[in-house]
Amino acid sequence: MIVIVGGSILTPAGIIRSDVLVVDGVVASVQSGVDTQGVTVLDASGCLVGPGFVDLHTHLRDPGQTWKEDLSTGSAAAAAGGFTAITAMPNTDPPLDDPKLLADVSARGRDIGLTDIAVAATVTRGRAGEEVAPLEDLYQAGARLFTDDGDPVANAAVLAEALRRLQRLPGGVLAQHAEDRATATGTARPAGAAEEGMVRRDLEVLREVGGRYHCQHVSSAGTVALLRRARAEGLEVTAEATPHHLTLDNGGADRTDSNFKMYPPLRAPHDREALVGAVREGVIDAVATDHAPHRDEEKAVGYESAPRGVIGLETAASAVWETVAEPLRFFELLAIAPARIAGLSGQGQAIRPGIPANLVVFDPAASWVPRQFASRSRNSPFLGREMVGVVRATVYQGRITHGAPS
Amino acid sequence: MKSLISVADLSKGDLERLISRAIGFAEGREGPAGNLHGKTVGTVFFEPSTRTRLSFELASRRLGAEIVSFDLAGSSASKGESEKDTLLTLAAMGPEILVVRHHADGFPERAMEWTGRAVVNAGDGRNEHPTQAMLDAVTLMRRFGTVEGLVVALIGDIAHSRVAGSLMKMMPVLGADVVLAGPPELLPEVSPFPVAGGLDDLLGKVDVIYLLRVQRERGAETDEEYHEGWGLDGARASRMRPEAVVMHPGPINRGVEISGDVADGPRSLILDQVANGVPTRMAVLAEIAETLR
Repeated sequence: MIVIVGGSILTPAGIIRSDVLVVDGVVASVQSGVDTQGVTVLDASGCLVGPGFVDLHTHLRDPGQTWKEDLSTGSAAAAAGGFTAITAMPNTDPPLDDPKLLADVSARGRDIGLTDIAVAATVTRGRAGEEVAPLEDLYQAGARLFTDDGDPVANAAVLAEALRRLQRLPGGVLAQHAEDRATATGTARPAGAAEEGMVRRDLEVLREVGGRYHCQHVSSAGTVALLRRARAEGLEVTAEATPHHLTLDNGGADRTDSNFKMYPPLRAPHDREALVGAVREGVIDAVATDHAPHRDEEKAVGYESAPRGVIGLETAASAVWETVAEPLRFFELLAIAPARIAGLSGQGQAIRPGIPANLVVFDPAASWVPRQFASRSRNSPFLGREMVGVVRATVYQGRITHGAPS
Repeated sequence: MKSLISVADLSKGDLERLISRAIGFAEGREGPAGNLHGKTVGTVFFEPSTRTRLSFELASRRLGAEIVSFDLAGSSASKGESEKDTLLTLAAMGPEILVVRHHADGFPERAMEWTGRAVVNAGDGRNEHPTQAMLDAVTLMRRFGTVEGLVVALIGDIAHSRVAGSLMKMMPVLGADVVLAGPPELLPEVSPFPVAGGLDDLLGKVDVIYLLRVQRERGAETDEEYHEGWGLDGARASRMRPEAVVMHPGPINRGVEISGDVADGPRSLILDQVANGVPTRMAVLAEIAETLR
């Protein structure tokens, strides 16, 4: 039994002051005056207590690149960041285009038991963009999110077929890292054009065939405008933005620290402002980390040759709080909306008796400096920078996976 | 539906059908045809409640039924006849439907077993008052167009209230979220819903503030202390959401759980609740009548 004492609790009636009692993995009561005799006490004075965070976009590098991260260290990083569910991206080696492989990752994730690991599957075989993967079998194996992340589905006919087939799988959603490779790698590198071009094309396909489309890590103001219109039209579109695109920009020039090198890149200040506006008003539904671990030695080879990507699980909450210091919107972006998009049960729910105890205790006033990470890598743009908002404790299935009882 | 003992016996579909039928009666779209023509409804109140009894009797009359009415005062119950014998005697007079109120939890179900008649629970002990909860749902439906997604705060004496008992079972089925607040000694020991530390903590966050009647004989607090801590006055009401409403099952204690200006003010649905009582009970009786041979 755990009792979380003295916090401000996100309930269906909004934020109320109360205590939360957890018994046998379930929230047993949300009321004060619980007898704490023989009960593990988590002090939440001055803290927000809400549903554990849910990440739609996590690179766990497992199988294939476990020197960067694996399911264990990734799970530990998730718990340290307040996450009770993460979505493993399928761009592993081999890629997750095979139901057996997917089931294996799920099973190993469950054995570790620090967080739910929802496994996303590829859209195409081998992420090669040519032949649609066995979506139905992958769905049977538990996949709900389908993405060729990093290598977007470029062929419109392939995209259309995948969208059509996913419509027959309830909760199935196609997630696209929209970025036209040819434009993105061109020397001119027009800010955002590569992303907007592909989103525009994808929305055309969606208009024609229907289905659910999720736009991954939106980075440009132009994409925000396209999404706003698509939503007004009634297309089934959702979108995510990363904590780093919400808090950092290129300040008008490319940075040279390879811990600021990611894909999509940091854009101009006006792009960042558009993203912040979009997450506040709901045009962008969710924050997703795009947690992409690389080791120091891989990143230390100079900006041009360094691999793209930054970690994000352990700094996400602070970065989002910096952007949206409003508790309801904060939990909506980090927990409620992502759980809804990924169709995860038992996650992302306002706290009331009877729900599974997947909870986070977040101190919005305290500050910290990220130096050490539970992740196997530490390629963070926030390394050594003071951040406001500390994850005090994470409770996953009624067990404390991060933080110490008082 | 053969009898109505608990709202827990009703599915979401049952509730929606009854609510929509009640609204039909209330708005004159469904005429009070003779659903109960030639039938007799017996009202059996072992605990006095003039308004609930009148509401059932009016509903029965509008559906064309005859009424045989029994209430404790001046009856043979005071002469030592057992409650069971009283019920059997009344049932022998032939009413097809009995409307039963009693101070003991579970009595209406026993009445059903003893008499074999259709029984409508008009309130049993601290347990349930199903038609009150249903008329509240009708009231909310007519105001908001839906109950789904509303946040309903029940305030006050929840532990002893049969109205709260039924509301707490029904609201989640209809998709509303429930939150509670009240003096600790008047709350359930383990609440099935979140409990706020104070009324002030909830004012701007909920769609419905449902005040429960304070039983004056209970609790150590004086009326003034209760009003200070848990009463809804004009200042508190002004902090509610613009569209939020105030409800109360009646009879109200002005100046205790609610101030007069709020009870009579634009947020108050208290008289709407009373008005919806008759059509709601018509819907219940009409539906039971359809199961009678």
